[in-house]
Amino acid sequence: MIQTLFGTVEQEPSLLEKLKSGVQKTRAGLVSALEDALQGKKEINADLLDELESTLIASDMGVRTTEEILERIRQRVERHQLNDAAELKGLIREHLLEILQASERAPAHVAEPPAVILVVGVNGSGKTTTIGKLAARFKSEQRSVILCAADTFRAAAIEQLEIWGERTGSPVVRQSPGSDPSAVLFDAVSAARARKVDYVIVDTAGRLQTKENLMAELQKMARTAKKVIPEAPHEVLLVLDATTGQNGLEQARKFTETSGVTGIVLAKLDGTAKGGIVVAIARELDLPIRYVGVGEKVDDLLPFDAEKFIASLFEI
Amino acid sequence: MFDNLSEKLQRVFKNLRGEGKLSAENMESALREIRMALLEADVNFRVVKQLIENIKQKAMGEEVLAALSPSQQVVKIVHEELIKILGSHESKLRFANEPPSVFLIVGLQGSGKTTTTGKLARWLSRNGHRPMMVSVDVYRPAAREQLKVIARETGQPVYEGAAEEKQPMELARAARRESANSGRDVLLVDTAGRLHIDDQLMGELSELKEQLNPVEILFVADAMTGQDAVKSADEFHKRLGITGVILTKMDGDARGGGALSIRHVTGQPLKFVGVGEKFDALEPFHPDRAANRILGMGDILSFIEKAGEAIDQKQAVEMQRKLIENEFTLEDFRDQLRQIRKLGPLGSLLDMMPKVGMLKDLKDVKIDEKEIERVVAIIDSMTPRERDNHMIINGSRRRRIARGSGTSVQEVNQLLKQYAQARKMMKGLSGGFIGRKLGKMKMPAGFPFGNMPGM
Ligand SMILES: Nc1nc2c(ncn2[C@@H]2O[C@H](COP(=O)(O)OP(=O)(O)OP(=O)(O)O)[C@@H](O)[C@H]2O)c(=O)[nH]1
Ligand SMILES: Nc1nc2c(ncn2[C@@H]2O[C@H](COP(=O)(O)OP(=O)(O)OP(=O)(O)O)[C@@H](O)[C@H]2O)c(=O)[nH]1
Ligand SMILES: [Mg+2]
Ligand SMILES: [Mg+2]
Repeated sequence: MIQTLFGTVEQEPSLLEKLKSGVQKTRAGLVSALEDALQGKKEINADLLDELESTLIASDMGVRTTEEILERIRQRVERHQLNDAAELKGLIREHLLEILQASERAPAHVAEPPAVILVVGVNGSGKTTTIGKLAARFKSEQRSVILCAADTFRAAAIEQLEIWGERTGSPVVRQSPGSDPSAVLFDAVSAARARKVDYVIVDTAGRLQTKENLMAELQKMARTAKKVIPEAPHEVLLVLDATTGQNGLEQARKFTETSGVTGIVLAKLDGTAKGGIVVAIARELDLPIRYVGVGEKVDDLLPFDAEKFIASLFEI
Repeated sequence: MFDNLSEKLQRVFKNLRGEGKLSAENMESALREIRMALLEADVNFRVVKQLIENIKQKAMGEEVLAALSPSQQVVKIVHEELIKILGSHESKLRFANEPPSVFLIVGLQGSGKTTTTGKLARWLSRNGHRPMMVSVDVYRPAAREQLKVIARETGQPVYEGAAEEKQPMELARAARRESANSGRDVLLVDTAGRLHIDDQLMGELSELKEQLNPVEILFVADAMTGQDAVKSADEFHKRLGITGVILTKMDGDARGGGALSIRHVTGQPLKFVGVGEKFDALEPFHPDRAANRILGMGDILSFIEKAGEAIDQKQAVEMQRKLIENEFTLEDFRDQLRQIRKLGPLGSLLDMMPKVGMLKDLKDVKIDEKEIERVVAIIDSMTPRERDNHMIINGSRRRRIARGSGTSVQEVNQLLKQYAQARKMMKGLSGGFIGRKLGKMKMPAGFPFGNMPGM
């Protein structure tokens, strides 16, 4: 069962299955890195820990999280609570699970539609595509959806969203390029309320978190949504590219500070990048990961599942 | 959150000053800090390993130079090693003998290919070329439309092709014909984003390469990419033989360590960096700047160089001693201010500092040279004893100083307060007098030399 803004629905194919059936890969995209590190090793020694460290670092989890895990292992080895290399997997999985589950949070309950979802993130992370996939998902749950083309800046951003609107049978509220994003949002939310539509998903222009004026624009959009519906936006999703390195933490921090992010979508997890930065994000910012993107097609979006994610991280 | 390496190293070398050698012992924790800094900057862990080895070899046993603190010296070594990998300044593009020269723009999804295609067209046309663009992205919604809009915005021609044409190869061929017929000398082919492990789509690129015989295959990479950067770049390089790298989204605060790693694994030069969404936001790649950025520092070496010309070295060493021993008087303060004025316009110095990490706060700091002048005037109006010991400057002395310098008592009060704070801050710092990171010393607003090094 997975939770949505309006309650729970049935669970579907697993991340690993999906990843494996995704693009045709020249080599196994997800080599079992941890397995490699542990290959044929029994004893826990400095060399093994070094390799382990490299494996964790390579997932973009960050130095701090990595050090924390290694420290835990060292302590247990010292206290003779851990002797066998094979036990390491379990320990790492347990530690990561703890971090990821601690930040899990059910989405806000929306008593009366529309639920307004604001989708934000840096340039090219996968926002618009994620919106198309979300729309498809909500439609399959028999919900009505309006898309809001509030990226009025990037070349052909509106057209791109319109194609996703056609693909998913969702009307798109738009204005001309260059118009005020808040004005488009106001139109969309008002229209959704009038027509009793379940979801309004708002596409925003990509912006780097260091651009203060653009971040302020997001705040204005959130304020505008509140003018129509005081509780809106009900969900603010930060779309993060799975290839992102340590800057991802700064992204999550700044977007949360300025636009109140309530959840992460990890896009492009179908590549070889592991998306380990979300572990650091969950740990430091206590943000839940809601979905993962595993392709460019309409159904390539899966609810996040901590255990499966960790399994895909190292195939443990 | 980012601490810059030079600061961390200053902490490491706190106890080693002006004497002795860099040794295995004192280098051990320094190397740990360096490693951490490189990893936090997304330099690939394998590249980090090798870098650390090189740095160790080079640093071991080096004399600590009088002019530089050990931390500065180590930073210098790290910096040099990074530059070695980043390669030389290489924004040159190659052109075919027979026009049109075909440039294939490739990369992962969302890295910035289409935008960069527009930027390159603009750049080329400003450098005496007659480019044409074509999008062969028949997959992503509105991808071709996007390039059309960009063509309009940049005033550069695009080969649109029929909307029903769904074959990348057909579009590219037709565009090449069109370029030749209309006297265009460069054809920029914007390709769809793809994963390096997508066999079929990678095969499509190989075919395009075979048919079009491009002179440049430019891999567009996102500066925010982490450890995976080398995997994708390596695979693109193996399949296609890329000829250069363009690093986008460098206008943010990502350190861009992935770039270094890409250069390392492919051996291909970084040709340009993208620094914004507008079409003029394309710059040649500067290895020294990139190295500084990875280390989270400003252009410290240029700064040291520039400062070196203006500042008397002996005096500098003496100043450093005073700073450490907390003997830094208002007189010294004035001397430093005078030296800073000799450095020329402060603005140009600040421009050497990339706006990353905490340095990005710099844009809010106004450095007012008039204010420096005023502060110098205030100090000039003090007696030598007052300059020596600011504690004796009571109310009536303050009034006198204000009158003498043509300022107000409030301004004198403010200066004294700021001086006392600065002194306290300097006490907490160690290391060289210069090259200390700008911006970290959070001086009170309006402090004219708020973020000056050596203060
Ligand atoms: N392989 C893969 N590609 C994806 C995924 N999600 C998005 N993409 C691709 O990534 C590229 C960028 O996606 P967009 O949805 O346009 O990204 P965006 O964040 O809206 O971009 P801007 O609006 O320009 O900031 C497109 O080529 C998408 O097809 C994913 O989960 N997997
Ligand atoms: N801030 C900033 N944004 C950039 C830069 N280069 C590109 N972008 C933005 O990044 C996003 C993606 O750029 P595109 O040019 O569409 O990327 P692409 O590689 O063509 O994407 P696909 O074709 O979907 O794979 C857009 O929002 C661009 O405006 C840059 O140097 N700085
Ligand atoms: Mg978009
Ligand atoms: Mg494109």
